[in-house]
Order: sequence, then structure tokens, then C-alpha cells
Amino acid sequence: MFGMGIQLNEIYMVAGMALVTFGIRYIMFPISGRFEFPELFKRGLRYVPPVVLTAIIVPSVIMPDGETLNLNLTNPYLIGAIAACIIGGLFKNLLLTIVVSMVIFMGWQWAFALG
Amino acid sequence: MPSLKAFILLLEHPHSPGDLSGKNEKAESMNMSNTISSTKNSPLSQFFAGAKDTFPLIVGAIPFGIIFGTLAATAGLSFAATMGMSMFVFAGSSQFVCVSLVLAGTAWPMIVLTTFVVNLRHMLYGATMVPFYKNLNTLWKMVLAFGLTDETFAVAVTRYNRDDGLLDKHYYNLGSMMFMYTNWNLCTFVGLTAGKTFPEMSQWGLDFAMPATFIGIVIPYLVSKPMWASVVTAGIISIVAGGLPHKLGLMVAAIAGVTVGLVCEKMFSGKKELV
Repeated sequence: MFGMGIQLNEIYMVAGMALVTFGIRYIMFPISGRFEFPELFKRGLRYVPPVVLTAIIVPSVIMPDGETLNLNLTNPYLIGAIAACIIGGLFKNLLLTIVVSMVIFMGWQWAFALG
Repeated sequence: MPSLKAFILLLEHPHSPGDLSGKNEKAESMNMSNTISSTKNSPLSQFFAGAKDTFPLIVGAIPFGIIFGTLAATAGLSFAATMGMSMFVFAGSSQFVCVSLVLAGTAWPMIVLTTFVVNLRHMLYGATMVPFYKNLNTLWKMVLAFGLTDETFAVAVTRYNRDDGLLDKHYYNLGSMMFMYTNWNLCTFVGLTAGKTFPEMSQWGLDFAMPATFIGIVIPYLVSKPMWASVVTAGIISIVAGGLPHKLGLMVAAIAGVTVGLVCEKMFSGKKELV
């Protein structure tokens, strides 16, 4: 399951991810001044971070097993996420949000593992 | 409240370089910590000032990196591929997505395509940095662009926007980047090793650090109606389209969210709602 040897398709995958990521981060430097992005594209780009992150968060929280919707209050991911939203909204402090919601998550998980 | 606001600043929406208004007051409390170091202009002191100001985000990245290493090992990725990803890709959220795609048995071209979508936001970071890097040579630009993570961008752009006539700000940027990079690779290694020794670690539920961190990052963005609409749309679509193969639901949700945001912007265009 856990090997030292790297497989050929893993090399393609890592190389592809590296090229794509570096390309995205670097592309604006050589093309700036020569080419202007359409206004709509630039405005759309501003939505990308919160939208992508949300689309990663929501399924991992309400479908923790990747298949079934779990909206029960016994779902620690759901409770932890609700806690993170409340703490984040109130205090706007990243560290506090992560630490407190993780503690709540673990406490919830532990409590229902016993019951 | 003002001291808490320093944290929002780190994660705040990327502003256009000229937009200094309102930023300075929020930055006040955070900047206090490096006023002393910035009076010394040597490249080395700038380098360490950058590393120092990145510290709060390092604390958040530690569980993130360890969990990545642990999950990668249990997902069946090889040691070399996992370390290689942290060394050459250096993009936390897309590395996590990659692990979940590997678990789902996704083919590598689809993983590369998903990486592209997940990391597209970094293009905006590059665009923001263009005026700040314009006097640097190509090698410097490449190195700093490679390290444009969410965290280093947030820290460095704040420093660049502070108009104090200092010229060595790229050393500050490099310091932030090197600290993030070293920490990320160390944590990946620790996670890989720990995951091997304690394979049950992936069941401890440490993976909640990812949604917790992302929620903390998303919240400061939610200041306008179009932003709310786009995020809510993305959340709903990510569930509705969750059954699509190869995690295509993520891309569908992202495109739907951005579209709804732009449409709402048009609807509310009378008022200046945009960040």
C-alpha cells in the first residue's frame, strides 16, 4: 500500500500538477503589458477562491463518507463546521476558528463514539 | 475588535495595488510587530521579517501538512510522489483534492485538470503582484511566482502596499515563501512517517482541519450580496452534482458559483457592492 517506488502515472500526475500550478502563478508576469484580460474574466476570477473552497468544504462536511447525505446532529463534521462558521463570523480570527472548531469537532466525535 | 481585524487582513480579498484606503487602519496592529525589523533595511532582516509575519499562518498550515502526508500514504500514493508534490506543486488545497481523487481511482489527466481549476485563483494573485515585481529579473519573478500560495500572497501583498520607500521587499516576500515552503515539506514528511507508524491516524478525524481552515478563509470574503449568492450556489451545486464521476461536481459547482456571482453583480450594479 505504501511504497518507496514511484509509478509512471504518478510522475505524469505530479509533473502535470506542478506545471499547471506554476503556469497559473507565473503567466501574468510575461504577458502583462502585452495583453489585457477581458473585464468580465477579471471580475469572475475574484469569485474563484471562496467558490472553489466552498465546493470543497460542503461535501466533505455533510457527506463525510463521500456518498450519503448526513444532516444528523451526531455528524461531528457538521457540528464542527457550524461552530467554525459562528466563530469565524464573530471574531474573524483564523487561528481561533481552526483551533476551537477542531476541539468541538473532536469532542463531538468522542462523545458519540462512546454512545 | 481592531486587534482581531489584523487576521482578516491576512486573508482578505486581494485588493488592487492602488487600493490603500482602509487597509492601513486594519493593518495597524499587525504592522506593529515588524516596525522594528523594517527600520533595518538589509536583505537579511527583511527576509526574517517576512518569515516572522508569516508565523500565524504557519500554525494553521502545520496540521494541514501533516494530515496531507498521512492521507496521501493511506490513499496509496508513493513516498516519492507525495514528497514530490509538496516540493514541486506546493499548493495545499489542490494536493488535498488530488488525494481524494486518487482514492476515487481518478485518471491522472483528470487530476491535472482539476488542479488547474482549483488553483486558478492564483492567477489573480500573480496579476496583483505584476507592478510589485516589475523591477526584478526573470529568475526572481519565477521563484516568487512559484511561492505564491494563499498565505504568502496575503502576507506579502500587505507589505508591498505599505508605502515606506523600502526597496528590498522582495526579500520579505522570499522570507515568507521559504518559511511556508520549508514548513510544508517538513510537515508532509512528518505526516508520511507518522501515517506509516500509526495507519489509524487517518481515522482520528484530523482531516477536519481542512474544512475548518477553508471556512476561516471563506468567511472574510462574504461581504457582498453577489459573493453570498455565488458561495451558496457553489455549496448547493457541489452536493447536487456530487455524484458526477471524477469529482467533476467540483468544477460544475465552481463555474455555477462564479456565473451566479457575476449575474448578481449585474443585478445590483446600481450600488457599489464589489469588494
